Amino acid sequence: AAFANWDKPAFDAKTMDDALKALGAGAPANSGDVQIVASDIAENGAVVPVQAISRLPNTERIAILVEKNPNMLAAAFDMAPDTIPEVTARIKMGQTSNVMVLVKADGKFYAAAKEIKVTLGGCGG
Amino acid sequence: LLPGAGLARAEAAAEAVYDAPAFGNVSLLHITDCHAQLKPIHFREPSVNLGIGGMAGRVPHLVGSRLLEHFNLKAGSREAYAYSCLDFENLAGLYGKVGGFAHLATLVKRVRANRPGALLLDGGDTWQGSGTALWTQGQDMVEAAKLLGVDIMTLHWECTYGQDRVKEIAEKDFAGKIEIVAQNIKTADFGDDVFKPYTLRDVNGVKVAVIGQAFPYTPIANPRYMVADWTFGIREEEMQATVDAARAAGAAVVVVLSHNGMDVDLKMASRVRGIDAILGGHTHDGMPAPSIVANPGGKTLVTNAGSNGKFLGVLDLQVTGGRVADFRYRLMPVFATLLPADPEMDALITRVRAPYEARLGETLAVTEGTLYRRGNFNGSFDQLILDALMAEKDAEIAFSPGFRWGTTLLPGQPITMENLLDQTAITYPYVTLNRMTGEQIKTVLEDVCDNLFNPDPYYQQGGDMVRVGGLSYACDPAAPAGRRIQDMTLNGQPLEASKSYKVAGWAPVAEEAKAAGGEPVWDLVARHLRARKTVAPPQLNLPTLKGVDGNPGLAA
Amino acid sequence: MGNPMKIRASAKDGVTEIKILMSHEMETGQRKDANGTVIPAWFINEITAKLDGKTVMQAQWGPSISKNPYLAFKVKGGKAGDKVSVTWVDNRGDTRTDEAAVT
Ligand SMILES: [Mn+2]
Ligand SMILES: [Mn+2]
Repeated sequence: AAFANWDKPAFDAKTMDDALKALGAGAPANSGDVQIVASDIAENGAVVPVQAISRLPNTERIAILVEKNPNMLAAAFDMAPDTIPEVTARIKMGQTSNVMVLVKADGKFYAAAKEIKVTLGGCGG
Repeated sequence: LLPGAGLARAEAAAEAVYDAPAFGNVSLLHITDCHAQLKPIHFREPSVNLGIGGMAGRVPHLVGSRLLEHFNLKAGSREAYAYSCLDFENLAGLYGKVGGFAHLATLVKRVRANRPGALLLDGGDTWQGSGTALWTQGQDMVEAAKLLGVDIMTLHWECTYGQDRVKEIAEKDFAGKIEIVAQNIKTADFGDDVFKPYTLRDVNGVKVAVIGQAFPYTPIANPRYMVADWTFGIREEEMQATVDAARAAGAAVVVVLSHNGMDVDLKMASRVRGIDAILGGHTHDGMPAPSIVANPGGKTLVTNAGSNGKFLGVLDLQVTGGRVADFRYRLMPVFATLLPADPEMDALITRVRAPYEARLGETLAVTEGTLYRRGNFNGSFDQLILDALMAEKDAEIAFSPGFRWGTTLLPGQPITMENLLDQTAITYPYVTLNRMTGEQIKTVLEDVCDNLFNPDPYYQQGGDMVRVGGLSYACDPAAPAGRRIQDMTLNGQPLEASKSYKVAGWAPVAEEAKAAGGEPVWDLVARHLRARKTVAPPQLNLPTLKGVDGNPGLAA
Repeated sequence: MGNPMKIRASAKDGVTEIKILMSHEMETGQRKDANGTVIPAWFINEITAKLDGKTVMQAQWGPSISKNPYLAFKVKGGKAGDKVSVTWVDNRGDTRTDEAAVT
């Protein structure tokens, strides 16, 4: 993997539209075959586990984007044909935000989003 | 030590309350959220427990007369005293103290006598909530739970002694006696199980699976540094997988011993298939009857067994042909005046308290009004803490956490150091004094308010609203996040977003606050009370509520 | 070079699950030190994972990935004894490769 492959325009994008454009996704269709498994409330905004799952055939790429981070794109994963399109990563979130999973399958883009709450903490029963 | 006639009356009353006939072939006894109350206490149930959105007017969000009507309880009865806030002072005089492990032990033995093989399940919040529990790092409660005969438990406040202490108790004190289960506590590195997700027990030839569900938001509601290597969460998908695994292992009965809080349990019961019953805690809702929740796999019972040692839940199941055919459920109030103290447990309690009696027994002041905590927005004991914080720290505004534990004092009673510790005994008791802008104050209030009133229970944390001193505000619980807190004023002037204010508080969850030290809050409040000697009923600072007229979670 | 990765790979029912814990600061470039100087961005930005010599996953990361990054995924095939090899490269050009055997 050469350093030059890193998709600088996509990672530098500061709006969701720019990030999606840089990834070649335009306006992805929402799909029930894309799933995000994550806690509704983050235990720690610095470490938020997110599992991204695609049930779409021929999934080539899965990306994770955080709407309210300074740079939206957190990660992009490219699958080999034998790789099952289910990846788990841990991301940083500065505040409560929608997290989007973007999937490229058969050359088309699909997405799903979930709100993850980042809270100040304290109190309890 | 009652005179003859009185004793006979007490026995007759006890018969009526406790002699539920045994039923079926599998019995599960359930205690939860005793918060280390070894001795009998008074505990006033809330007069404000609002349900919002889909939860409005539904169990457990019923208080006072609306709760009595819903469960068909007679005003003025023993049951009304146990389950509701109505006429609390009078009924407390009539029916006396509740709970206490020696009295609970007598009840457990009585119930177990005609329920052979019954399992005793402890939903957690057992090791925290008293001076002795704090000073012994939970050891007094560990001994009491073993003697009581607890079989299986799950966790919440236990974790605030730190993960190493919890592991030590699990592996040494509890070895071969009490099993800790938690499907939702995993290691922070590779996500391995920290405890067994469930345990499979043989009860009279029936395989019974008990799945543990610890408080999902422990690292958020309490300091994360205390469980640095563990991660929690609701983990609904893994709950389903655990239920399926238990069934595959031959379980005829699957119950979840849960510390989710009741709204979360009700949602989980509507989505996860194959659970016969969720025995719940955390939100301290003493619910006389279970909620029956439909889901794609059938029906699930959801119970909640109150707090402070007030109740013993008894679930009797008739299991035939490998499935639950029928059930009976009773939530038995532990009336200390009806149940003699178990001598063995009484001796243990006397022994563990002995080194601390003098310190616990110091009278700090006398209260002229009822001092209680529980309720969505404020309690009179919390107001007392807020008043002490503002006075002692010369602060304009004070915050006190919306804890749901904490016992009740009646008018005319002394406030002892023990009573004060019942409200404050935590492992991060530091008093804080900060300058906060009006905007930051609003952010804090909105954040906590969303934890209480988010329309989706999975986004709730099960505490009450942070108690606020000095600052007036309005609250619209049904408004969207960020718009619930309104009309904030200080001494009649609107709070200014960019101006900074002096704010006192306690129980900070940040590790930096631990490093900064800060006086334990009980020292500050004790100093304040000793100087006051007599405490008039505190003037409760309550928000002006909007949009909740007629809500049965608000006592008229 | 950095510290070694922890890699766990296990094969079950024809699927190999690979879990990787890396050791890296993953500095965002948005934080300031005590003197108010911006701490420069420093993060792993490329990952390659191979199973039995074949590339099964390539990833590109930004600084929003948490400190000491974690990555887990599954691959069809694989068996006990197969070699898993993982390489990361960071934005300073530093790189590290670690290996583990499938169990
Ligand atoms: Mn509790
Ligand atoms: Mn709790």
